[in-house]
This record gives sequence, C-alpha cells and structure tokens, in this order.
Amino acid sequence: MDLKLREDDLAFQREVREFLDRHWPEDVREARRNTGRFEETKGESPEVRRFFDALNERGWAVPNWPSEWGGTDWTPTQKYIWDKETARAECPQLSAFGARMLAPVLYTWGTDEQKERFLPAIREQKMIWCQGYSEPGAGSDLAALGTRAVRDGDDFVVNGTKIWTTGAHVADWMFCLVRTSTEGKRQEGISFLLIDMTTPGITVNPIHLLGGIHSVNEVELKDVRVPVANLVGEENRGWTYAKGLLTHERTGIAGVARSEVALERLKAIAARTAVDGGSLWDDADFRRRVIELEIDLEALAMTELRVLSQVEQGGAPGPESSILKIRGTEISQALQVMQIEVFGYYGMPYPDQTLIDNEGPVGEAYAHAAMQAMLYGRAATIFGGSNEIQKNIISKAVLGL
Amino acid sequence: MDFSLSDEQSLLKDSVERFVQNDYDFDKRRKVMAEEDGFSRKNWQQFAELGWLAIPFAEDDGGFGGGPIELMLIMEQIGRGLVVEPYLPTVVLAGGALRRAGSAAQKEQYLAGIIDGSKLGAFAFAEPQGRFNLADLTTTAKKEGDGYALSGHKCVVLNGPSADFFLVSARTAGDQRDTKGISLFLVDADAKGLSRRDYPTVDGLRASEVMLDGVKVGKDALLGDADAALPLIEEIIDDATLAVGCEAVGGMEVLYKTTVDYSKQRVQFGQPIGKFQVLQHRMVDMFMEYEQSKSLMFMAAMRLDEGYNEAAKKAVSGFKVQVGKSGRFVGQQAVQLHGGMGMTEELAVGHYFKRLTMIDTLFGNVDFHLKRYGSFD
Ligand SMILES: Cc1cc2nc3c(=O)[nH]c(=O)nc-3n(C[C@H](O)[C@H](O)[C@H](O)COP(=O)(O)OP(=O)(O)OC[C@H]3O[C@@H](n4cnc5c(N)ncnc54)[C@H](O)[C@@H]3O)c2cc1C
Repeated sequence: MDLKLREDDLAFQREVREFLDRHWPEDVREARRNTGRFEETKGESPEVRRFFDALNERGWAVPNWPSEWGGTDWTPTQKYIWDKETARAECPQLSAFGARMLAPVLYTWGTDEQKERFLPAIREQKMIWCQGYSEPGAGSDLAALGTRAVRDGDDFVVNGTKIWTTGAHVADWMFCLVRTSTEGKRQEGISFLLIDMTTPGITVNPIHLLGGIHSVNEVELKDVRVPVANLVGEENRGWTYAKGLLTHERTGIAGVARSEVALERLKAIAARTAVDGGSLWDDADFRRRVIELEIDLEALAMTELRVLSQVEQGGAPGPESSILKIRGTEISQALQVMQIEVFGYYGMPYPDQTLIDNEGPVGEAYAHAAMQAMLYGRAATIFGGSNEIQKNIISKAVLGL
Repeated sequence: MDFSLSDEQSLLKDSVERFVQNDYDFDKRRKVMAEEDGFSRKNWQQFAELGWLAIPFAEDDGGFGGGPIELMLIMEQIGRGLVVEPYLPTVVLAGGALRRAGSAAQKEQYLAGIIDGSKLGAFAFAEPQGRFNLADLTTTAKKEGDGYALSGHKCVVLNGPSADFFLVSARTAGDQRDTKGISLFLVDADAKGLSRRDYPTVDGLRASEVMLDGVKVGKDALLGDADAALPLIEEIIDDATLAVGCEAVGGMEVLYKTTVDYSKQRVQFGQPIGKFQVLQHRMVDMFMEYEQSKSLMFMAAMRLDEGYNEAAKKAVSGFKVQVGKSGRFVGQQAVQLHGGMGMTEELAVGHYFKRLTMIDTLFGNVDFHLKRYGSFD
C-alpha cells in the first residue's frame, strides 16, 4: 500500500496544470466564479468554445472513452490526477449527459452508424443531449414509466410526458426511455431511444426552480416519429443499458475534487470575513465545523480511491458506489450551507442577474453564485437516485437485508 | 403556570389566522409580491383597520397595549402565511424603538402614522463589517451646529425600498466596537445625502443598502439618550428575534403538515411514499423539531413578558438556536421528501425553505446565539 505519486505521475500532473493554466487562465476563472448562471449551452461563449477546442486538439476531451473514439489510455492514477486538476482549475466540463452518460451506452451497445454520427459531435461539444427518463408518475420508481413507443413501419410513434429534463430547452437530442411492451416484468418492456429535439410533436415547457433557476423542463411528446435506426441495442432491453449508465452517474456525483475546491474557498472567504476585530476563521466553533467536514471529505476521497482501484482490477463499480453518492452529496450540501453562513447578512440579497451586470454585486461578489449553488444543490440528494433509494440499494445488495 | 390564552388574545390569533387562511393563499401571495412595492398597500390598510398595527403600543399612544405574547400570536400566523407585508421592520423594529424611547413629538410624528398605516419604517442597524455585533459601527454622527451629520454605510436594511423613515444606529463617540458612544437617529427617507440601492432578498422580500453622506438632522432626530443607545438597540433586536423565531415556528408547522399530506398522496413503487418507514421516521423527526421549537417559543415569549432581563435574553437566544437548527432540518427535509416537486418555485414548500434559511441568519445565526446564551450565568 502506497499513497505517494510516482515521478512520472508528478510529471503528468505538471503537464496537466500547464495545459489548464494556459487554456483556462486565472482571470477567466475568477470572472466565471462569480456568475451563478445556470445554463446548459453549447459552450458558445468564446473562451469556453476555445477551451473545448483546445481539449479536443490535445486529445483530452474524453479521457474515459475508449481510445478509438478519442479517449486516452491513462492509468486510473492519471485519471484521478486529471479529475483533481480540472476541478482545481474550475474549467468548464463537457455536458455530462452526452459525454458521461450516453456515450458509454453508445460505444458499448450502439451500431457503427450511431457511433459515427454521435460520438465525435459529443466529444467536440457540438451536439447537446438531454436525458428523458423521469415522468410525472415515475421518479424514484423509474420502471413505472409509461411514455409509449409503438412501431409503425420504419418509425416508432412516441406519446407521453417527460419531466425534470435538464437542458431540454437547449438540447439537440434526447436519449429517452420509452415503453415498447406492457407484457411481463415492467423492466422488460422498456427501450432506449434517441430522439431529435426538432422532430414535430415535441413541446418543451420550462420549470422554474428555487431561486428562479431555469435548468429543467417538462417535455411533451405527441405522435413523435422516431426512426427505428435510432433505437439503441435491442428492443425491450433499454432498462439494462440505462442501469449500467446510472452507475456511471453515481460515481461522478460524489464530486470529491469539487468539494475540495469549495472547502478551500470557504476557508479563504472565512479568513477575510471580519468578526469582532478578527476573522471568522479565528472563531473556534466555526473552524471546528469546517474541519469536521474536511475529515469527512478525506474519508470520502479515500473511499473513492478504493472503489476506483477495484474497478482497475477489472470490476465495474458495485453497489458500494452508492456510498460515494450519499456521502458526496451530503458533504457538498453541508459546504454550500456553510458558505452562505459565512456571508452573514450578505447571504440574503438576491438581485437579478441584469442588476448585478449593471451595478455590480451587493456585498461579496461570490455570494449570489453561492446562493444559487446552495438552492440548486438541494437537488443533489434527489436526482441520480435519491439518497433514500441509495440506502435501499446498500441495505439490499451489500448488507443482504 | 398557565399556557392558555385570554379571550382577547384568542380573538387576535383567530383574526390573523382567518386572514392568512382566507386572503393569503399561495396564489394571492404571488400576486401581491409582483406589485411594485413587493407587498400590498391594500393589505397593509386592512392590517391597520383590524388593529394589528396598534398591538404593541401603549394605550396612551393610541395602541392596544399588547406585549410579547401578542407579538408571538401574530408572528406565528405571519409565518404560516409567509406574509410579506413589512410588519417586522415597521411595527416591531421601528415601532419598537419609538414606543420605548420616542419623545412625545417623535411619537406624534411617526408612531401615529405607523398605527394608522400611513407610515412605513425600517431599522438600519447592520453594517458590512459588523456581522451580528450591534456595537460594531463605523457610521458616524458628528455634532454640527444644533444637530448632527450622519455618514456611513448600512447594509441589508429590510423594507428599505418602501420605508418613509429610517432608524439609524451611529457612533457619536468611542471606537468601532465600543459599547458606549452609540446613538439612534430618525432619518426621513428623502433626507438630502441619503441614497439607497434596493434589491430583493432570496426569500422574496425587499431590502436596501443605505448610504449616508453627511445627512444633516436636527437634535430632535435623536431617539433616546445620546451615546447610550446600545441597550435599547439590543432590546429591540431581542423583540425582533422572538418575532422571526415565531415566524419560523409557523413555517415549520406548515412544512411538516404539507409533507405528511404529500406523502399520503404521492405513489411510487405501488404505494404512497408515506408507507416507507424511513420517511415516516423522518416526518416524525420534523414534527418533533417543530414541537421543541414551539416549546422554546413559549418560554422566550413568557420570559420577555416577565420583564427584559438576563433570563429573557437567554431565553431568546436559546429559542433562536433551536429555531435555527430545527428550521434548517425541517426545511431541507420538506424539500427532500417532495422530490423534484420540492425544488420548484411553483410549490410553496421551497419558499418556506428559503424563508427559514434567511431567518437563521437574521439577528444572529446559531453560532452567534450559542455564544450569547453561554455568556449568561
Ligand atoms: C434539478 C433536477 C434535475 C433533474 N434532471 C433530470 C434529467 O435531466 N433527466 C431525468 O430523467 N430526470 C431528472 N431529474 C429527476 C430525478 O431523477 C427525480 O427527481 C428523482 O428520480 C426522484 O423522483 P421524484 O422527483 O419523482 O421524487 P419521488 O420519487 O416522488 O420521491 C419523493 C421522496 O420519496 C422518497 N422515496 C421514494 N421511494 C422511496 C423508497 N422506496 N424508500 C424510501 N424513500 C423513497 C424519495 O427519496 C424522495 O425523498 C431531475 C431532478 C431534479 C430535481
């Protein structure tokens, strides 16, 4: 057992840092830090576009993909370094729905045409995807989904309503779970379809989340014709594909490296927050709570490394990965709440973005973004399989209860 | 010991409760918030007619002679309805200062207007560097001729945008955090040299940054004694702390009940989610947090009713600690148990959650009041 990075890993780390510092420099980081905009776009702001282009040029856009589709053959340690460094640099991420969730399904079960058509565009962030799983009656109980797809010649005709669809208002495509059979087990009548969002019959209605954030939508599908060529894998096997994908979602969701960055920022802002002639960081009660969180986070980081090393030895992340989701989201929520606390009264103002653009922030520049993060952050224990559902998984699959 | 209400108190409670139930559902509240002021002037007039704006003031001043118990009854209902009309800043804060320290002329000029609903006030006590320390002031009031000139920056002044007048704490002597040398002034909103930056707060209320740049006031603008206002300020803030704590208790009651109702209706895995034992226990915890908060609410109100002393201050701080912790738990779990629905602006749940989060900050958070509680014997 050994935690030290080897010399070649250190060299890799330096290389990564140099790249990130060049293509995502500190002044850009600082400017983006203070805007709490919640938009899933194609990264059209010029500096973001340039960054994604640079990633692609360097061959680092999708490290986890197979190398034939532009992935890397990095060791797990290198991937770990990459995650840490990109979090530290606070650089933009490719839209996760395409790059992290759909792509593994496509390169595992897709046809050659599907791979050719979609994977390069996802890698270059030129095609944005949304995930159409949840429905009004099917949230935690996803298998209850009822959006129907009925075969008609070379098309499926799709009818139903999806809800909470993140980014549907900016997405080009949606990967969707639909019911193709009502016979047998509920899970065995579900198929995995790729739907072009410009197809007639699709209506996207915005849903406003706390703090006025628009990221999710309701998507109505009315007689939407989807070519059979857009079915992934076999009909009625969509559940199996989606489940494989959910495990990917679960490890990503731990967000250890992001929480480490948030923790450091929390400390820095506390240290410059005046309290009675000293700083908030001098306050033993406050400091104790931050340090407790730091130790929780260290434990989680090590747990994640243990899961990763299991994967390295040939396993897929097992039900233990639920620990990462539960603890990861608990810690990030706790950090978000403490960040608001640090601002004191300046955690309260919530001017709209145009006002901030015109007159500057009220109080701390970062406070508005931090409030949005706190409000939106409540969703982290709800989506991707709620934390209650994760605990059900652990109690069943790990503890055998 | 007696936990029962007098007939008059019951009538008051019923009247506010009826208003919240009949005239302040979530849709009506949304409309009211969209009005220019962010609340309804019409409602405010109705409050005046119903006598609520007169509650805490002495009968000699045209009031009703109510105390902390009456304040509790009103604020709990305000919390249940998430009422946005500026009762706290106008009646509790500005009114609280005037009724305790106002001269006959000041009462005539301002208090009468509060009671009949024609004047709104705000208390500018906080400063950017001061956090929750009421004595940490850099705003100065310098003697000038017969009066004073005020300069400084007051932050997050609740109801700033609609206030006709401000109460401003300022330093007339001493250093930044000295407990002596603090005075209170009445400053009209249109005074020369006073400027504001207005904005909404995250819970949908309105507040302002108030900048004072050599604002001249006469010596009749001084409220109470010069250099000795800190105890008065502390007393007003303790009243206000009780008030927002009661609001939080009202909010928690709505949240735990709404969540229980929702869990009976929402079906997943072929059964109402309220059948899952882990959620049952969670809701029991929410209920217990509410009950514990309510107990300390009674304690704080009754101690304040006995007189303003250390026991009362301690009870208020203890209550605020409880409400801070319970409010956070109940708010977060209400959102969690509603799933995606709890995250939306469309449902009331999230709005209670936001208000509870702000109440945790107002007048000192959990850490602040823990320390304050511990500072008393
Ligand atoms: C911000 C946000 C973004 C989202 N983005 C997407 C997206 O892009 N695509 C998509 O398809 N979906 C998305 N979702 C939907 C998300 O996956 C669902 O919200 C989630 O599955 C929970 O479903 P629900 O909201 O219907 O809550 P419900 O399933 O109704 O759950 C309500 C509560 O009951 C609990 N519960 C349910 N069943 C059990 C049980 N058996 N035991 C114990 N407790 C239980 C839950 O944990 C929760 O606390 C998003 C949601 C949010 C909030």
